Amino acid sequence: MLKMSVNEVKDSRIDGIKTKIRVVPDFPKKGIMFQDITTLLLDSKSFKDTIDLFVERYRDMNISVVAGIEARGFIFGPPIALAIGAKFVPLRKPKKLPGEIIFEEYELEYGSDRLEMHARAVDSGDRALVVDDLIATGGTLCAAVNLIERVGAEVVECACVTELPELKGKERLEGKPLCVLVEYR
Amino acid sequence: MFAAENGLKGDPRLEAISAAIRVVPNFPKNGIMFQDITTLLLDHKAFKHTVDIFVDRYKDMQISVVAGVEARGFMFGPSIALAIGAKFVPLRKPGKLPGKVISESYELEYGHDRLEMHVDAVEPRERVIIIDDLVATGGTLSAAISLMESQGAVVVECACVIGLPEVKGQHKLKGKPLYVLVEPSGIDGFC
Repeated sequence: MLKMSVNEVKDSRIDGIKTKIRVVPDFPKKGIMFQDITTLLLDSKSFKDTIDLFVERYRDMNISVVAGIEARGFIFGPPIALAIGAKFVPLRKPKKLPGEIIFEEYELEYGSDRLEMHARAVDSGDRALVVDDLIATGGTLCAAVNLIERVGAEVVECACVTELPELKGKERLEGKPLCVLVEYR
Repeated sequence: MFAAENGLKGDPRLEAISAAIRVVPNFPKNGIMFQDITTLLLDHKAFKHTVDIFVDRYKDMQISVVAGVEARGFMFGPSIALAIGAKFVPLRKPGKLPGKVISESYELEYGHDRLEMHVDAVEPRERVIIIDDLVATGGTLSAAISLMESQGAVVVECACVIGLPEVKGQHKLKGKPLYVLVEPSGIDGFC
């Protein structure tokens, strides 16, 4: 699995960001130590550091699309897109997008769900990032990657602020490039 | 109040923003001309203009909180918050926020919904802007104002990219100023 880690650079901003993320035990269910980024958003400097780290990483990589996964991907994706001059594309739950859509189904623990994208938002020449606040099971990230690749675009990397390692999302991504700012070893 | 009547008359950015918004007829149901801002987000310049206009307005107003209504308020609020050095507070549908929450219900056409906020997100006397992509009846924004006021915060203004005809001529929502960039785009607009 190819994993390019910003931690390899040991940027001191990452330690600050980590302290601002609140751990909420047993959410959404028992046994999960949930990484709550809303407390990070309350700290203007640390939120800015988070965006800056991603922007520094991606601004010279000719990224034309930042795709954000509903809903917390909508918080981090647009500031990155604006800073690097890319389009922002929301990837949404069913029936939210008003225009012609394409969709990808993905498995949940019980049952399945669907991720939708406007059919003409991304095209085959695009180089895309997929952004979400965290990687959990990896289900939505995989669906996002599949959607973007289906229209012929290239997913350069998936970018997440943090992870829920107990849910093994990295394995589910099966080698797709992934950058997690705050990792848990 | 609309931006064009409040200092930005003739500003070409407003026209660019309006032109970038796509109208989708009969969504989510017959008779609704849906104002789709996803095409605005695909237009980097117009999206940047949108954020810049709000930032220019609020940067010297000692705003410490930008609250965004789920989910399209999340697409605009954080960039504004970052640029003016304010906190970003997400106002969410029930059950999404992991910590202790307060909630406020509001009317839908049929039935009710609820808006939630973390109890520790805003402090008394903080100065707040509430942002969403569009204001129609003002029901969700009113619920958001109530959430803020219940914590002792002061809502300075509600800000939306688009304002439906119902709000034209209305300068205030629940006693709070309302600032809107553009009117709904017509069917002959983008795409």
